[in-house]
Amino acid sequence: MKSSLIDYTLHLADSNLILAQRNAEWCGHGPVLEQDIAITNISLDLLGQSRNFYQYAATLIGHEATEDSLAYLRTEREFKNCLLAEQPNGDWAQTVLRQFFFSAYQSLLYEKLQTGNDEQIAAIAAKALKEVAYHQRWSSEWVIRLGDGTEESHDRMLKAMDELWRYTGELFIAADFELQAGFDVALLKEGWMKKVTSVFEEATLPIPPLGGGGAVFMQTGGKTGVHTEHLGYILTELQYLQRAYPNAQW
Amino acid sequence: MNNYFIKKFYYGDIPEENTGGKTEAAKADNAHSWPLWEVFVRSKQGLDHKHVGSLHAADAAMAIENARDVYTRRQEGVSIWVVESKFITASNPEEAGELYEPAIDKVYRHPTFYVLPDEVAHM
Repeated sequence: MKSSLIDYTLHLADSNLILAQRNAEWCGHGPVLEQDIAITNISLDLLGQSRNFYQYAATLIGHEATEDSLAYLRTEREFKNCLLAEQPNGDWAQTVLRQFFFSAYQSLLYEKLQTGNDEQIAAIAAKALKEVAYHQRWSSEWVIRLGDGTEESHDRMLKAMDELWRYTGELFIAADFELQAGFDVALLKEGWMKKVTSVFEEATLPIPPLGGGGAVFMQTGGKTGVHTEHLGYILTELQYLQRAYPNAQW
Repeated sequence: MNNYFIKKFYYGDIPEENTGGKTEAAKADNAHSWPLWEVFVRSKQGLDHKHVGSLHAADAAMAIENARDVYTRRQEGVSIWVVESKFITASNPEEAGELYEPAIDKVYRHPTFYVLPDEVAHM
């Protein structure tokens, strides 16, 4: 039971950390100053959430574990983030769509977690909900703006969907540690599809089926450490300093 | 109109399609086609909205969100107004003389000639 709680907490932390790192890649490269600040603000929110989860995981693990050792000294196969979080930024359409898929999921997840059995996780989720609500609002508006924008922006959203849709199924397939320490995330699927449908309709984007007939094959594995090729590159950059200069202090 | 294309690599790129990031053809002349907005922030309930600066945004909703991210990220505000800059009419600095100087020698317009009872505090 305790080991599934640790895995579960790490899974929550990792998805936040990896998406934070991806969004941070936009720092200094945003399409305009205002959006550069917006996306890096979101990155910092996610980083803050990941820290809370890592700190909790570290106390559960005990020994020498710290939030830093968990973020900087684990390998790809030990990371349990969902595959969606590690997908490349691509263009702005791909970045905002990834954020929308994730934030829509995360807000449903945290709503559920804030009333969960584990007090610490419930408290972290409750505190983060307002941030996530804003991320969802911000990213929804961008999906609508680009989907219902020009021919080019619409095409770019379609391309982003082709890239990302196959990573959304995994969000709703519970790993063993989720079933033992959390709840069955399959329960969130319907609510998530509702959110996606209403935003996509406004954005004049087609709504793909999630599972069932004619569905895209869904990639899975992130939660149990089997990642796409991108995660190694992310960790190389993210962990470089601690790997090259062990115990370096800020 | 210049049509220079700048090949721009993002930080962390692996220069292949769809990996690590993406090469973007940024046009030198597209820096800002979005309109300018003036931003007013109320720092506390009960206080006025104060002009804090301006920013670019495609529409009002985006302007509010941009203002939230640019001007209230350090708890500067509890309310935001935005207005497109083109809707603000400003007085002409060259007319400052005729507009403002006549008020200089009219001190009697300040309510400073009344004797206030001691009981009235904070005036």
